[in-house]
Amino acid sequence: SLFTWSISTADGSALVKLGNTTIICGIKAELANPTVEAPGKGYIVPNVDLPPLCSSRFRPGPPGEEAQAASQFIADVIESSEVIKTEDLSIDRGKLCWVLYCDLMCLDYDGNILDACVIALLAALKNTRLPEVTINKETSAPEVNLEKRWELQIHKHLVSASFCIFDDSILISDPTAEEETLSTAHLTVVTDEDDRLCSVHKPGGTSLSGERLQECISRATTRQREIQKLIAKVAHSVKKAQ
Amino acid sequence: MTPSACDKSAFSTMEVCGSLTVSLREFGCEQSLLSRPDGSASFVQGDTSVMAGVYGPAEVKVSKEIYDRATLEVLVQPKVGLPSVRERSQEQCVRETCEASLLLTLHPRSSLTLILQVLHDDGSLLSCCLNAACMALMDAGLPMSCLFCGVTCAISTDGQIITDPTAAQEKESRALMTFAIDSAKHSVLMSSTKGSFSVHEVSGLMTGKKECAPFQTNKTVNAKPKRPDVTNRLH
Repeated sequence: SLFTWSISTADGSALVKLGNTTIICGIKAELANPTVEAPGKGYIVPNVDLPPLCSSRFRPGPPGEEAQAASQFIADVIESSEVIKTEDLSIDRGKLCWVLYCDLMCLDYDGNILDACVIALLAALKNTRLPEVTINKETSAPEVNLEKRWELQIHKHLVSASFCIFDDSILISDPTAEEETLSTAHLTVVTDEDDRLCSVHKPGGTSLSGERLQECISRATTRQREIQKLIAKVAHSVKKAQ
Repeated sequence: MTPSACDKSAFSTMEVCGSLTVSLREFGCEQSLLSRPDGSASFVQGDTSVMAGVYGPAEVKVSKEIYDRATLEVLVQPKVGLPSVRERSQEQCVRETCEASLLLTLHPRSSLTLILQVLHDDGSLLSCCLNAACMALMDAGLPMSCLFCGVTCAISTDGQIITDPTAAQEKESRALMTFAIDSAKHSVLMSSTKGSFSVHEVSGLMTGKKECAPFQTNKTVNAKPKRPDVTNRLH
């Protein structure tokens, strides 16, 4: 299940529940100077947080390896798939741009974090509304108009499918936490609507033959279509209510 | 104590394997170059160079101990600065790959620490780290069920597949993939991709990867020397 507009103070938000796994995504937009390497582009900073609240596995303190690896995975997926054209986030080339801080917090950890994060991120980005910014010619200071807002344009519809492999014979899709701990390898495939693969992420574990990998990829594309329908349904009902 | 002055290094020139024209940069490996770690290796692919050191099996903290197998910890140190989020995801990839090939159940309640120091990054960094890790684990004499090798592939904007890309080639490419292949069944142990690509490209790469892997593992096995000097170090 998917709920949008969960956080009223954020520029965009979404809450996703995949079985028991619950992830909430909040997006805050801030003005910043663009990086020297890409003066005509804004940037997106994702951060996945796995607090002790969600599971007894995580201790309070700095983010653990799983949270950091998940954050890096989400950052790579955003960059690989070009879900948002970062040129859209640029306001004044070389001087001002939007930076989107995406915070994905897990409220209940029951496995399959990566899938839920991708869904939550996409849904939150879809309903992110950024205010209009104009540069005052005299003072050359930015003027933010909070009343007039524009929607971010999402270019790609990403869907991720995670699998748990047990000794190259048993394949479990959408694993729960118990299935994840018992499995010997994990695989996540991220696809977009043109049936192109944005990420095939298998961080080690037991070996997987080529045929199994192809099987996983085809299952991922099937799942892609199912989930696209769900997101479209929610977006449509939100539009109807407004 | 005789210092174990064993610099065994093997260098190979660019070679072509299989029907898919695959060319790897000149790569080489040197083992047992550090005196403190139980196993160490340096792996060089073109200009990319990574040094690995292994400590273990050793004492493990009670909070981290696993009752039936060894706890493997991997640390990736970048050339400049402190390890960041990117290094953590590389550590996760290397750690899970090593855990799959090591026989950890032979050392319960012990710790194995693998430290990878990036000396120079000129593309294909993750695969160089994997290769250095494998060589260091072999040098430490840790029991392994299979060897593994890392290969990086880049797909350029015009659809050409480049294996073992340099940093410049990686920047120009539209997709970058790193795979770890095991030596026993030549199947995929680890996969990490960046950029978007089609399903056909992946299947094409899989076959290319499998052809490349036996060639690479053979070279790494040949690089590892016969070891009469292990007994010298123990005395």
